[in-house]
Amino acid sequence: MNVEATRKGKTLLVTVHESRIDAAVAVTFKEAMRDATTGHAGRIVLDMSEVGFLDSSGLGAVVGAMKQVDEGAKLELAGLSRTVAKVFHLTRMDTVFTIHSSAEAALASGENAA
Amino acid sequence: MPNRASVTDLPAQPAAEPAPCRARNALRIVLSSTPMEVRRALERVLVDLSPLELSEDERGTVELVLAEVLNNVVEHAYDTADSGVIEITVLQGVRRLFCTVTDQGRAMPGFDAPSGKAADVDVPVEALPEGGFGWFLIRQLSKDLSYSRSGDENRLSFSLDFATLPAPR
Repeated sequence: MNVEATRKGKTLLVTVHESRIDAAVAVTFKEAMRDATTGHAGRIVLDMSEVGFLDSSGLGAVVGAMKQVDEGAKLELAGLSRTVAKVFHLTRMDTVFTIHSSAEAALASGENAA
Repeated sequence: MPNRASVTDLPAQPAAEPAPCRARNALRIVLSSTPMEVRRALERVLVDLSPLELSEDERGTVELVLAEVLNNVVEHAYDTADSGVIEITVLQGVRRLFCTVTDQGRAMPGFDAPSGKAADVDVPVEALPEGGFGWFLIRQLSKDLSYSRSGDENRLSFSLDFATLPAPR
């Protein structure tokens, strides 16, 4: 599971370098997210632009990743592909997460804005 | 390497009984009950359906519904044992794909497919559900879903309606 965390000002940008978050990797993804986000009490942006497919297990793992962040941290999503966005929309999880069109747009908004 | 079925394409066979409307075999795939085999089967399904020129959205629907159905078989019917065999058949009808998935695992509870109630997301973050979305997605995206248990076989059939899908030739 290739998950890369980079500090961008006060925001932690976590990029998923995987084409799928499905039942085969959901548990590993959630663990990798715990490793990447633990110790960061602030905004976290999860860049999912490389993820072309997410099933309900993958959705559960993203929700789990959001619930396991440190106190004071907040996980936001960026760069959902059409199919991935559909899963969030149908399950109404798009009302739970702050979703940005891209990582760039996410970093340009909020506390990172100039 | 254990000796078990892997993702293979079987020669297309004519349906045993003529379908009520014009339909032709689009694909038949056999896989064993592991998450990695499910991945490979889904990849295979999309390759085999590529002549139909489905839109990105339609391909996403095919992949998502079949993924949820297959994941359920792996996790529940076969209880994550990797020795089970699953078969997928897809027939192309007029503006719809007829899909059938069979396995020889445990029967559905109550011999019925779950109703797929939407998970409640209007709750505090710590109470958000991390599962239970699968059947909801299957029910939302498919039509005419039916489940039957015959002998030791589970058979789940459903159709995916795609308005732009041309009639089979």
